[in-house]
Amino acid sequence: MSTLTDPPKESFRLSMLIYDTRYRSATIQVVALMGFMLLAAWLINNTLTNLATLGKPIDFGFFREPAGYDINQRLLDYNSRDSHLRASFLGLLNTLVVAVLGCITATILGVLIGVLRLSSNWLVARIMTVYVEMFRNVPVLLWIVLVMAVLIESLPAPNAFRGENATASMSFMDSVAVTNRGVYIPEPLFDRSLGNISLLGESSLRFDVSVDFLVIVAVLIIGFWAAARIKARADRIQEATGQRPTTWYLRLGVVVLPLIAVLVALGFHLGYPELRGFNFQGGIYMRNSLIALWLALSLYTAAFIAEIVRGGILAIAKGQSEAAGALGLRPNRIMSLVILPQALRVIIPPLISNYLNLTKNSSLAIAVGYLDITGTLGGITMNQTGRELECVLLLMLVYLVISLSISAVMNWYNNRVKLVER
Amino acid sequence: MKKTVILGALTVTGLSAAAASAATLDDVKARGKLNCGVTTGLVGFAAPDANNEWTGFDVGVCRAVAAAVLGDPTAVEFVPTTGKTRFTALASGEIDMLARNTTWTFSRDVDLKFEFVGINYYDGQGFMVPKALGVSSAKELDGATVCIQTGTTTELNLADFFRTNNISYEPVPIETNAEAQQQYLAGACDVYTTDASGLAATRAAFENPGDHVVLPEIISKEPLGPLVRHGDNDWGDIVRWTLNALIAAEEMGITSANLEEMKSNTNNPEIARILGTEGNLGEMLGLDADWAARAIAAGGNYGELFEKNIGENTPIGLSRGLNAQWTDGGLLYAPPFR
Repeated sequence: MSTLTDPPKESFRLSMLIYDTRYRSATIQVVALMGFMLLAAWLINNTLTNLATLGKPIDFGFFREPAGYDINQRLLDYNSRDSHLRASFLGLLNTLVVAVLGCITATILGVLIGVLRLSSNWLVARIMTVYVEMFRNVPVLLWIVLVMAVLIESLPAPNAFRGENATASMSFMDSVAVTNRGVYIPEPLFDRSLGNISLLGESSLRFDVSVDFLVIVAVLIIGFWAAARIKARADRIQEATGQRPTTWYLRLGVVVLPLIAVLVALGFHLGYPELRGFNFQGGIYMRNSLIALWLALSLYTAAFIAEIVRGGILAIAKGQSEAAGALGLRPNRIMSLVILPQALRVIIPPLISNYLNLTKNSSLAIAVGYLDITGTLGGITMNQTGRELECVLLLMLVYLVISLSISAVMNWYNNRVKLVER
Repeated sequence: MKKTVILGALTVTGLSAAAASAATLDDVKARGKLNCGVTTGLVGFAAPDANNEWTGFDVGVCRAVAAAVLGDPTAVEFVPTTGKTRFTALASGEIDMLARNTTWTFSRDVDLKFEFVGINYYDGQGFMVPKALGVSSAKELDGATVCIQTGTTTELNLADFFRTNNISYEPVPIETNAEAQQQYLAGACDVYTTDASGLAATRAAFENPGDHVVLPEIISKEPLGPLVRHGDNDWGDIVRWTLNALIAAEEMGITSANLEEMKSNTNNPEIARILGTEGNLGEMLGLDADWAARAIAAGGNYGELFEKNIGENTPIGLSRGLNAQWTDGGLLYAPPFR
């Protein structure tokens, strides 16, 4: 009878790291990682040493110093004695304003153009093709500069509105003034305003929130929630009895009536812009730098989104719409119930990249003098303090965070709308 | 070979700030060209003319330095910089010197690690408005829209001026003088503010200069002068004394016309020292004896440069004012050449 013995324990030799295929790939990766880390360490060390030799070691203390410059477009209070940090923060808000406005407009335009490009009307489809090719193939900076030049050169200066024989006049019953400095539109005012809440005290990131705004948003949310409940009830009744009660007036009422009540209670009225001194005063002032940037970015990105939407719709087999048609659905119901839900799966991932592109392209704002974060932190602050490395690093970090946030939100949405597989 | 390329690229990405401490003079000589930062275009100070040759008052300083160092006033590579890009260009070594309407301030000298070598124009910030506005003083500008070049001292002065006078304004930040001109002429801003000399130069380029007035208020001191990087004192000395040579030449009556004659028969020892026929000033700078003579020959002395580019007989029409020699009641004063 033979006894079973364990196979001899193989002893580990160093050379096996290279010659043994079990270990080799790990070895290569560890060596590559070490090499990469060495390289990074050398680069950082080199930078720090050189900066120290120049007498400019990395130091973020300049953020507390007064900025000294003014920012024309500001969502929060700011004056030239505020710190560089505050100025950067205001620039960040300006970046976000133009990014949000741009993404919304570009999506609306893009979907419209993408669908129209598939139109059976030959002329409409061709015009949309020309639009897409024109905007896609010319750099966005040129569009921004062009729109700005058109705004400045073709619109009347505020002077033209003045005097007995004014050559320009305000539109929409004297409520909107379109000038070459920007557009003035009426602003909402409240006689019995509830004031502001100041967050974060006196710090550089202090933030005022209008209570009126919060109340209105809260009322709207409750209204929409109630409308959704009414719809759910109608659905239940329809399922139980086959009869769908007419609810549109109820749903409209629960949204609109409380809103009107709140507006009346707050003493809502419009403040009209009027010519005083050198400029129009009052009203909401949309500077032409913002308009130029917003318009150019939206038109440019819309061309890309249109192509994505077109691709998404074309990706859905024709049989789907034919089948839906055979069930007796109307074309717009086919689009909203059959085609778009499936097309969204194809549309959303590339749409995310285009939102990111639009946001990053907004850094071209300085071409038209719009003070976004590249203009404040990466422009004037960097120039006045001479802290190039710190400012640029921070700027990169800010854009990284914005981009990752957009990406995260859109991916969450993508996960919601993608086909549920069982 | 491949390794060199990679290492080279790494050096660039690693912010090759080491260039700052290297000897700029050697670099310039090896290159055979002086990289001189100027404005993107301000007629009279630095702008390309019809033949695409850079001309102007600041350009004259660049050419004088090139003539002193390289013996050739045309051996200059002009690098146009904006108010925003100029300091980065100088700090990174892209340019050897900056001769651009740049104000000598404490923080630029001390904190930004630059060295101002002198003042070639004593200036102050002013305001220009269309005559039709009927404004006669800057204090009447409450609520006005003001075009302003970003990243400049004028931007900071403007904020201070309106703040201390308790009046409001709407700044329109722009990048270059050309943009400001476009916006101002189209009426997109009521006021253009920059150094008074810049206003005069800009106004001179207008179709109807008479329709625009420069307001009487000068709200700041703007000593403009060439600057170099901190840390290379030998190079700083060369640029400083080239500028001083131009100023001293005017004081001593050395012009580009009488240069050769002066060289051969002057009995003024200082003139002889400047022109290199006596002493060894050039050698002390690491140049040859003729350095200052070449610099003066390049475009003339300070007064000649002034008259040719921005003086009263040019469209810009600036009077000497503070920029007269100290002997004529101005502020120009070159230290002795000895």
